[in-house]
Order: sequence, then C-alpha cells, then structure tokens
Amino acid sequence: MKGFGYLRPTGVEEAVEAYAAHPGAHYLAGGTNLVDLMKLGVESPGVLIDVGRLPLDWVEELPDGALRVGATVRNSDLAAHPLVRDRYPVLSQALLAGASGQLRNAATTGGNLLQRTRCPYFQDLGKPCNKRQPGSGCGARDGVHRDHAVLGHSPHCIATHPSDMAVALAALDARVELYGAEGGRSIPVADFHRLPGVRPERDSEIRPGELITGVLLPAARAGVPSAYRKARDRASYAFALASVAVVLRVADGVVDQVGLAFGGLAHRPWRAHHAETALLGAAATPAAFEGAVALELDRAEPLRDNAYKVPLARNLALDVLNRLAPAPATA
Amino acid sequence: MANDPLEHGGPLPGTGLPHDDPVAATGPARDDPRAGTALPHEDLVTRAASAAPGESGEGRRPRTGALEQDPHPAPRTGTALGAPAVRREGREKVTGNARYAAEYPVPGRVHAWPVPAAVARGRVTGVDTSAALALPGVLAVLTPGDAPRLGGTDDATLAVLQNRHVPHRGWCVALAVAETLEAARAAARAVRVDYATEHHDVVLRPDHPDAYEPGKGAQPGRLEHGDPYGAYAAADVRLDTEYRVPPLHNHPMEPHASTAHWDGDRLTVYTSSQGSTTVQSVLAGLFDLPEEHVTVVAEHVGGGFGSKGTPRPDVVLAAMAARHTGRPVTVAYPRRYMPTAVGHRAPTLHRLRLGATTDGHLTAVLHEVTTHTSHVRKYVEHAAVPSRVMYTAPHLLSSHRVVPLDVPSPSWMRAPGEAPGMYALESAVDELAGALGVDPIELRIRNEPEREPGSGKPFSSRHLAECLRESARRFGWDRRDPRPRSRTEGPLLIGTGVAAATYPVLIRPSTATAQALPDGTFLIRVNAADIGTGARTVLAQVAADALGAPLDRVRTEVGRSDLPPASLAGDSSGTASWGWAVHEACAALTARLAEHPGPLPAEGLLVRSDTAGRADADSPYARHAFGAHFAEVAVDTVTGEVRARRMLGVYAAGRILNARTARSQFVGGMIMGLGMALTEGSTMDAPFGDFTEADLASYHVPAHADVPGIEADWIEEDDPHLNPMGSKGIGEIGIVGTAAALGNAVHHATGIRFRTLPLTPDRILTGLLPQR
Amino acid sequence: MTCEKPLDPHSEITLRVNGNPHTLLVDHRRVLLDLLREDLGLTGSKKGCDHGQCGACTVLVDGRRVNGCLLLAVTLDGSEVTTIEGLGGDGEEPHPLQRAFLERDAFQCGYCTPGQICSAVGMIAEAAAGHPSHVTDPAEPSGRPVPLDGAEIRERLSGNLCRCGAYPRIVEAVEEVTG
Repeated sequence: MKGFGYLRPTGVEEAVEAYAAHPGAHYLAGGTNLVDLMKLGVESPGVLIDVGRLPLDWVEELPDGALRVGATVRNSDLAAHPLVRDRYPVLSQALLAGASGQLRNAATTGGNLLQRTRCPYFQDLGKPCNKRQPGSGCGARDGVHRDHAVLGHSPHCIATHPSDMAVALAALDARVELYGAEGGRSIPVADFHRLPGVRPERDSEIRPGELITGVLLPAARAGVPSAYRKARDRASYAFALASVAVVLRVADGVVDQVGLAFGGLAHRPWRAHHAETALLGAAATPAAFEGAVALELDRAEPLRDNAYKVPLARNLALDVLNRLAPAPATA
Repeated sequence: MANDPLEHGGPLPGTGLPHDDPVAATGPARDDPRAGTALPHEDLVTRAASAAPGESGEGRRPRTGALEQDPHPAPRTGTALGAPAVRREGREKVTGNARYAAEYPVPGRVHAWPVPAAVARGRVTGVDTSAALALPGVLAVLTPGDAPRLGGTDDATLAVLQNRHVPHRGWCVALAVAETLEAARAAARAVRVDYATEHHDVVLRPDHPDAYEPGKGAQPGRLEHGDPYGAYAAADVRLDTEYRVPPLHNHPMEPHASTAHWDGDRLTVYTSSQGSTTVQSVLAGLFDLPEEHVTVVAEHVGGGFGSKGTPRPDVVLAAMAARHTGRPVTVAYPRRYMPTAVGHRAPTLHRLRLGATTDGHLTAVLHEVTTHTSHVRKYVEHAAVPSRVMYTAPHLLSSHRVVPLDVPSPSWMRAPGEAPGMYALESAVDELAGALGVDPIELRIRNEPEREPGSGKPFSSRHLAECLRESARRFGWDRRDPRPRSRTEGPLLIGTGVAAATYPVLIRPSTATAQALPDGTFLIRVNAADIGTGARTVLAQVAADALGAPLDRVRTEVGRSDLPPASLAGDSSGTASWGWAVHEACAALTARLAEHPGPLPAEGLLVRSDTAGRADADSPYARHAFGAHFAEVAVDTVTGEVRARRMLGVYAAGRILNARTARSQFVGGMIMGLGMALTEGSTMDAPFGDFTEADLASYHVPAHADVPGIEADWIEEDDPHLNPMGSKGIGEIGIVGTAAALGNAVHHATGIRFRTLPLTPDRILTGLLPQR
Repeated sequence: MTCEKPLDPHSEITLRVNGNPHTLLVDHRRVLLDLLREDLGLTGSKKGCDHGQCGACTVLVDGRRVNGCLLLAVTLDGSEVTTIEGLGGDGEEPHPLQRAFLERDAFQCGYCTPGQICSAVGMIAEAAAGHPSHVTDPAEPSGRPVPLDGAEIRERLSGNLCRCGAYPRIVEAVEEVTG
C-alpha cells in the first residue's frame, strides 16, 4: 500500500466533486473489503474519499410504503431495524448470515454491494487474474475452483460475488440509488452487478465517480413472506458455497408473487427469472417448485470440481420455497 | 469435589491393573523413577468430576467440577499436584498485559516484511530494489546477493537469502526493512524479482516414481512382522480400504514473530517459540556466536501446535536484518505467508488392509502410507505408526513412502503421525466392525494386545478398554441403534461414532534450579515454554509438592534462554521433561535444607538438576496414553452440512497434574480434531505450487458456532514407569482419533463411508445424491 | 475542489483511547490496530490475521465492537476507543468478563483473549439493544432484548477464532456474566 491522500466530504455533492478533482480515487465507507484489498495490493488508490460519515445513515419509510435505506447504514443496524425485520425478513436474515458481528458493525449497505470477489487468484498478486489484471488469464479455471461459479461465467472469469445481502436485495426487487457527475439514477439490484463476459474487471454497472446513496426496498414486497438460507463450510463466519433468497406469496394455492435469487453461483446475485416466470400463476406445489428450479439450474455449466453446487442450490431453493408456501388447505 | 468412589461405585478404574507384571519382572527400584522420592500417592484422588453428557449437547452447560471448588485453596502442603490451580499468567492475559514477541518496546525498533517467491521452482535472476528503496522510510532490502552470510545449520529451511535457488513457491527471496510496518509492506511489494523458472512437480500420488521408503529416524519407516500378505490373504474376513487426509495448517493465533537486536556481538531476540533453548543454539550456529552471547526470550507464546517447535525463518531474518541495518528489527509473518513458511501437516494417503476371523480377532494389519516432503528438508509424517501400538496384529505391516516434491516444507502439527494415522486406522476398524456385525467398542476390546505389537514390549499401563467402557456409559452408547441411517430428525440424519486415541510418552532431558530464599519462598528456574499449556503453573505445583511447601510460596521463571536449559514444549513431553528436572532439584533442595540449620544466607540455597541419561533412557516398557472419543453429528440432507452435536473424550494419561488446565488441553485438542474432520482442508494449487487456502477466511479453523458441548475427562492411572510425577503427556491426544469418531458418526448417520477429509458439504452432498 | 499537487499522505487526528485524549499525526495507511500497538504501546489488542478474519484485534469504537485491523485511523478522528486495557475503567478491578475468563480458564495461549473479551462486551450490548443474530428465531418480535443462550453466544462470538479451542469455556464465562 503506497501513501494516499484522504478527503472527508460532508455531503454527496461534495463527494462527487472530490472524485472529479481526483479521478481514480476510491470511495471508502466501512473499509472491511477495501482496506483488506489495499493491504494485499489488489487496490492501490492515490486518494480515498471517505463517505462513511455522509448523512446517509438512515432508514426511512416513503409515502408509498417503500423503504429507503441510506448507503452508510451499517449492516448490523439494517439487520436489526424493526421495519426490515418485520417487512423484509429475507434481508435481515441474509445480513446476519454474513461475516461476523464486528464486520457487520463496520460494513455499510453501499459497501456491501461493492465488495469484490473472494476468489483466491484475485487476491494473490503472484497469480494470473483477468479481473485484477485484464489479459493476465484466469488461474482458477484450471486451478482450484470448488468455490467458483456454475452460472453465467465466461472463459475469462469464473469468480462469484460474495455478498449475502445483495442476494436478498435481488429477490426483493430492490433498486440501487446512485449519484454521479451526471446526476442521480437508480437501477435494479439484480441488474447492478454484471456477468464477467470479456470485461471481468468490471463488477457492476456503476460509473466512475458514481456514489451509491441508498437502496430502495419496494412497497410491493413489504410483508410478503420471505427467507434466506445459506450453506457453508463452517457453521458461521464463512462465505456461501451457495445460498438462496426467496420471496413468495401464495393466494388460493396459486403463486401470485415470487422473487428467487441465488448466491455463490455466479459473478452476480443470480436472479432466477426463468424459475420465477414458471412459478408466477402456477399452483404452489412441491412439483411446481421442483420444475421451476430445474428450469433455472439446467442452465448451469459446472466446472471440473464444483458440480455439487447445482444440487446444493436446488435443495436450498426447494427447502425455502416449500417452507414459505402455506400448507395446502385441507378439504 | 464430587468424587470418584461414589461415581464409580468402587475402586478407581486404572489402579492395580495389568502393570503389576512387568514391575515384578524387572524390579521396581531400577525402573521406577519415583523410587526414593516422597511423592504423596494418597493424593492421587484429586480428579475433578464431570457430569455425564445428556443426549443433546444443546443448552447443556458442560460441568467443570474443577471450578466448583475454591480456586484459591488455603495453603496446604503436598496437595498441589492434581489441584485445579489457576494459571499464574492468567491475569496478564485477560488484561492485555502479557507481552508477545512483536510487542517488546525496544527503542529504535523497525519492521521488516518478507518477499515470497512467486514461482514454484527456479532461480532468482535479478532483484531490483530501487523502487523499494526510493519509498519514504525504507532502510534496506536484503537479497540473496547481499544478505549476511550464515553459518551452519542442520535445518535448511533456515538458510534464507543465502543463494538464488527457489525450492518452492513462498520461499523468502528478499526482505524489506523500514521504519514502519506500512513502509516495510509497501517496500516488499515494490521489490521486483526476476526468475528463471523451472518445471515443478507438486502433486502427491501413490505411484510417484520418486517415492522412497525412509530409513530409521525417530521411527523405522517400515516395520513388518510375520507374514502380513499371506495372513491377510488367508483371513476369513478382509477389509481393503483407503483414506486421505489433506495438507493441514497449524495456524496458531499469534503469527510467527521475532524481534532481534544486537549489542556488539551479543544478540537478543524475542521470539514466538516452543523452545528457546534450541533457538539459542541454532542462532549461535548461524551467526557464529558463543551460545552465551545469544539471549532468547519467549515469555508468552500465542500457540504453536508444532509450528514453533524449532526456529522458523522469522527469527533468522530478524537477526540478519538487525545486523544489516544496525537497528532492532521485528519480523512478524503475515498470516497469508504462514502456510508456505512455517510448515504444514503433510498430506497422507492411506491404504489399510485388515484381516480378521469371523469372531472379530485381527489376524493381519497392513497400514501403508504415502506422503510428501520438500526438497529443502526431509520430513516424514509417520502416520502408519499407530498400527504398531493399537491392536493385536500377529502379522503386521506398517510402512511409509515419501515423495519429495517442489512443495513448501512440511513439519510438525499437533500429533504428527498419530492424528492422520488414527483417523485412517480407527475409520477402518469401524468399517471392519460393520462388516463383522460386531459393536465397534467390543471389536476394539477383543483386540487389546498383551504387549505392544510393534516392539513386543509390555505396556507400562494401558487402559484403553476402561476409557472405552467409561465413555460409552456416559455417552449412552447402549441406547444406540447400530444400523446406519436409523435416526432422523426431519431433514437431518443423526449418527454417533467412536474411536480410540493414543499418544506416546516422550521425555527429554532438561535442567532446572531450585532456590530457597531467606524469606521462606522458593524460586524455580527452568527454560520451559508456556505456549498456553499452563507450564508455569503446573511446574509450581510439581515444585510445591516436592518441597513440601504451599503453592503460593513457589515462584517459577520460564521462557528465557538464560534460565537452565530445557527441552521444547512439543511431543506432549514438556511437563514430564521439565517437571522431572524441577522435581529432582526440589527433592535435592529439600534434603539440603534438612541438613542446613539456622537461617539461610542472603543468596539462599540453590540446587541444580540435570536429568540427562535418565529422562531419555530407553524404557523396557511401551509407554503411551490412551483414550476414547465419542461424537454425535447431524448431517443435513438439504445442504450436506455436517455439524457436531456433542463430543466426549475420556483419557487414561497417567496422573493428571492440574485438573483445570488439563481439561482445557484435552478439549482444545478435540476441537482441533473437529476442525480436521469437518472444516479444515488445504488444497495444493498444482499449476502454481502453493496452497490455495492461504488465509483464515478460506482455511476454516472451527469457529465458536461449530463447537457444541464438548466434555473431556479422565480415569486415574497409577503408572510407576514414567517420571516422578507419574504423568503422561496430554497436549496432543485430544486430536488423535477425534476425526475418526466424527467420520464414523457420519457413516452411522448416512450409511455412506466418506474416505477423504474434510467432510465438507461438497463431498457429503455428492455422496448423498444417489440416495435421494 | 481541484488539486494540482499530490495530497499529503498524513493527517492529524484526535482520539480518546480508554478515556485519554491523544492527538497524533498519522500516516493514512495506519490502521487503528497498529496505532494502538505501535504509537500508543497498547499491545493488548492482537494482530492475528490483519484482514478481519480472526477477531483478535477486536476493540470498541464508540461503544461498538469492530476489527481494529480494518479501520484506517484517519477515519476515526474524534472517536472514542476502548481496548482490553481500558475495560476495567480507572480502578484496579478487572471487568467482570475478565474475571470470569480467568476463573473459567477460558483461554490457553491468551492471544485471542483480549479480542474475545472485547467482542463479548460489545455483543452483550448488541443483544440488550435487540439486535438479532443468525440463530435468533425470525418470529421473535423486533426491538426487544434477545436472551443469550449458548447458541446465541456461540453464533455472536463466531468472529473471534481461538486455535487453542477454549470455546466451551469462553461461552461459560460469558454465561456467568450474563446469566
């Protein structure tokens, strides 16, 4: 880590202006991933713009019933927030399944979305990685990749996105709110992260200098039954081998609202659009769930050593779907 | 203290049992190291009671009987040994005042950061330090070309920066020294190293053409009795099975660290070591100094588990950098560099063939192990050795083949040999029990040997059967349905398993002094290392009883090379080795005091002991601790996740000298065994030649949530053939067999035999799939 | 805000550590853990991994437990930091958790211990403030203190690794203080 400049703007506009003055600067919030990567030499910004104290640390209910979460709300506070726990339990559960109490106290909503892959080749400057150093190759493809992607990977990159929170947000149809030199915009969380393709160095659709200001949880998903489940090597404090976030409402035995997203399977939280389409309007039966999930996971292209992720993801999804679906009414 | 006679309803198990024989055969006086000492045998019954575990570990607080009594008993004499004395350095540790190697405020101290080789084999063709040296605060970059030349050493892993050869990825090729940690790290990263790369070979396989059979080191590489192949072929029941244990990492919580400073030609180092006497002599050799010019301080050591058993490169690099720069230097290894720099448990591939009669008597045991070593230093993970100890085996083959590869150098990790070996052997025994339809405890008891199979020696004491029976009773084994996959709770498959444990009694020569001071107190000095075992505390207990003094009158000094030289904290040998020397010094001091009328001189009276020639004398006995491990697991059929629910270990390890710290060591070993079974695995990254799981986010040592109610207890053993305290080592046996107990429980839960560790969801779920 | 020359890589900050104010000129690269250990001589906070993967560096910043190894000191200007050395307050008496750890033998080598204790202090406050954990029943009403049974303590302390395996006794020590 080389020496770097440090700026602490007091507002969003000022932060964005600071970036304009120092192109290539990094925004810093909780630092739980960025400082880690700077120590490894993976990131080496010349200037850090500290946005951790921007007045974005609130959760507010909007008139239409949606919930806006500020970008600097800490993961632990978001998980504990009564409105989140009561209306969006999948989000609270996903946050609590990630990292440790200490890390959740520091990590922010915006930073969590922007955390980078935990691929060991990405973290090791002595090994090739197209994400870290475009054109250097992918060490994982022929190397050790038990933890890597089975969906949406490319010859250039097989990394996964490590976030639990983002998986829940994808299933919730949440939107990321951004602010940059060209003003504000928002995009669905499910479209925020990219697939690697030929440009694995780009994790997301965020533009240079853009700042995440918040996340919008839609009113339509409020109070809908939802849950998160994660499989991991140890019982706590480990990244997902696979995980699933499910939002499911059944009326008269028919699925009338569904959000399904997988974690640990791809370069981004994997919104299961094919499965959702199949389920919407279908009878909420185990067989229907099984068929829909298969429709999604049949697209998987496992690598030499990670085929287990496909049945693991299937089992997780079916377990949560069946748990959330009300027991069929007895005649 | 709720005590034994009530709990056991009669005489203590483990007293008056088989070792009467050998005593009579060889004569008590010569073989009993306690002969002539005044150890109060009546105080043997000082064991802490422990509640029987319930069926569910959940919500049950493991009872620690030791704590139910006053932790600060009123001073009495002759009762210190066995008492649950509180750790003497405990207050410093809980208040943050205990200093570790990187924490000494040496004025002018600077920091150094190693540069690891980025190729698996080759030569350094150039080191460009200009960018690094241009950074602010950078003092020097040591390279193979300009680092101080070192003298001789038997350990080639310490010959750092002496030539341009790169024997494995991660080998230190340069060292940056700077005023601050940040500058040193930046400088190390800015060093540009060019290599001429050579082809590397890092993949262990049983048919590797370079495999060789090691000769006699600490153990013979191969031991063959009778006609193992013939007996196996002729056996009524045959089992031929294979197990794999991956590379494992010690990962003590304190990374390897050393602070070195020179005063003229005198070197002082603060280092994290399991034995500073050895560090002193090695440094003296490397830097061509008289030993008395080298002072090594290792007062508090943040764990080692074998990886700090001998000096590691950190202490050599710190001393080199300090000499080179003229400043005190700290080298603290970054966690990520440890897997390649400080040793690892070598992977082991096991083939086991067991031949038995239909009524469950073993006729042939063949345990063949293939493992790797580096080209830097030969090391053998002696994983086939337990087959020489455990069971009757009229026809026995126990052999090792070692493949030298371009891998980082393996070394000791807690119970080297026994831990992976007993995983394989005890899993195979469980398989055989299943094949025979015999209870696995009964099968083990049926094959209890009269004498040690490998050596033919009688056992000094062996209470494996008692451990198995006692722990089975507490665990509720008689309520177990032996049929695999017979117990479910919703999507969970529940299973229980058992395995035996063993660890040899090893004792090394040590010296100590005991000093009586005019104020009525005593000072014990011995260069023991307290790596978390409670050495200070237990040695004070040994001394107090030998002196007939209250415990609070005895002070102990350990952890400095200017104390009387002593052996390392390793091999589970520390307490026995140091304690013997302390006991002797104290016994002699007591005799001197008896002859000394009137007040003591101002300097007191001092007696020195040296146990060389006796502590390390060959014993006519096979001396081992034994134990039994039981485990209950839940296997989630949705995810393949295996979680331990409860575990119990019961040991027969001679006399337990401190009930409180002993229990902590047993439990700690079991938890490391839990990690070995369920969460810990390292993967050789074959294209690159190092371990993929380089940090604590990817190498999963167990976390709090992985560890359910775990209980450890022991049965008393009165073994006169050990040492004056009657103790066996206890630091390692907790890990031995634990992985097998958990693996056997997973088999019982699932009906599937998984033969590669760790038992992570990828493996378990894949195994379960065809059955869904 | 434009910039012609490189920004200074140092800043002056003021922190209160264990009640004592400190004003320091810090290298922006300096993390809180190294500031405590190197600049203030408070070596009770330990460096086990330097990457937020072990918890040995856990301290309390403005009352919340965090990994000192991942917090750049410059970002903490004006913060209140409590370390293991300051848990007992001004007096000689150790914190009840420190005493419980000692009496329960809830450690061996001692290297993770300060982090375990600081983490437990923060964790107990979190549970009292109604923060749920991964093992809290989602059906529990929000906003109420969460009772700390063994499973809750284990989950909440899972960010503090202990290689000696003192976990069962650490949980007992915490139960003794919270129970």
